[in-house]
Amino acid sequence: MIQNNFRQGLQDGVPIALGYCSVSFAFGIMCVNQGIPVWIAALISLTNLTSAGQFAGLGIMAAGGSLLEMALSQFIINLRYFLMSLTMTQKVDPEMNTPERAIVAYGITDEIFALSSSKYNGVGFAYMMGLIALPVLGWTLGTILGGAASSILPMAIRDALGIMIYGMFCAIIIPPARKERSILVVVLIAAITSCIFQLLPIEIGSGFVIILCTLLAAGLGAFLFPIKQEETR
Amino acid sequence: MTRLFTYVAVMAGVTYLIRCIPLLAYRKKITNQFVQSFLYYVPYAVLGAMTFPAIFTSGGELIPSLLGTGTAIILAYQKRSLITVAIAASVVVYLASLFL
Repeated sequence: MIQNNFRQGLQDGVPIALGYCSVSFAFGIMCVNQGIPVWIAALISLTNLTSAGQFAGLGIMAAGGSLLEMALSQFIINLRYFLMSLTMTQKVDPEMNTPERAIVAYGITDEIFALSSSKYNGVGFAYMMGLIALPVLGWTLGTILGGAASSILPMAIRDALGIMIYGMFCAIIIPPARKERSILVVVLIAAITSCIFQLLPIEIGSGFVIILCTLLAAGLGAFLFPIKQEETR
Repeated sequence: MTRLFTYVAVMAGVTYLIRCIPLLAYRKKITNQFVQSFLYYVPYAVLGAMTFPAIFTSGGELIPSLLGTGTAIILAYQKRSLITVAIAASVVVYLASLFL
């Protein structure tokens, strides 16, 4: 049975949209703090629709990194969407045509993917449009609000909001790390190598550090703890 | 400004291509176990590398940030929701910076 109700999609998207709004608020603030105009920040959110990639991209923009560094870091950080998109090929309505698939692809984020791939056996185009609509709105609007609020918020509050995105990252990685030792080891390898790079006296772009740490940690993880077939997330 | 646009175009282009290529082109399953495992661990590795050590200075000063980090880790360990963890860490950083 394929779920293809637009309104059901909108409804499922509400909690995701609220969550996105508060995280992208922090992104908007960080952009303005780094000297990026609000409307560029909104454009980034609207066209990228991804948290980790955007925060890393912002770091590279602020540091004046190379376009290669930008492209490679986005590639590595967002490589997970490849796997999600691949999983979605098994979940979307087989009748879905190519333009519809191209539009649905834009909305594949961790949360939207998790919801659409776990709640129903199959999803149609109308449902996916409903599900994607509010999170996109929340993500973009939150960015604009954060960027606009940045200039009027006191410094102490701006600083305090800076930790939000990382708090959210902790909430994403720690519960599965608690459940599976292999994930814990991968997270620890990534975190420790990332800290070591920070302490090294040589200058490496932040995007490259993330790429190197990810290749090392995920590679070692795959080597040490290969997952059983079919056990994708 | 042109430079900013170029950055945004590269970011958005790469991100979109990753999302759309499998959905448009691929209809089979990945069978290589190493690739499957690697992709499975990628999100955790990325987030681990992005969070540490950045979180230690994400709240401005070191001490408030460390207290916020501790809060985030404890609440995340208790499986609280993303929003709860994010807001609580932020409140702790704010309060700590007021009193320290």
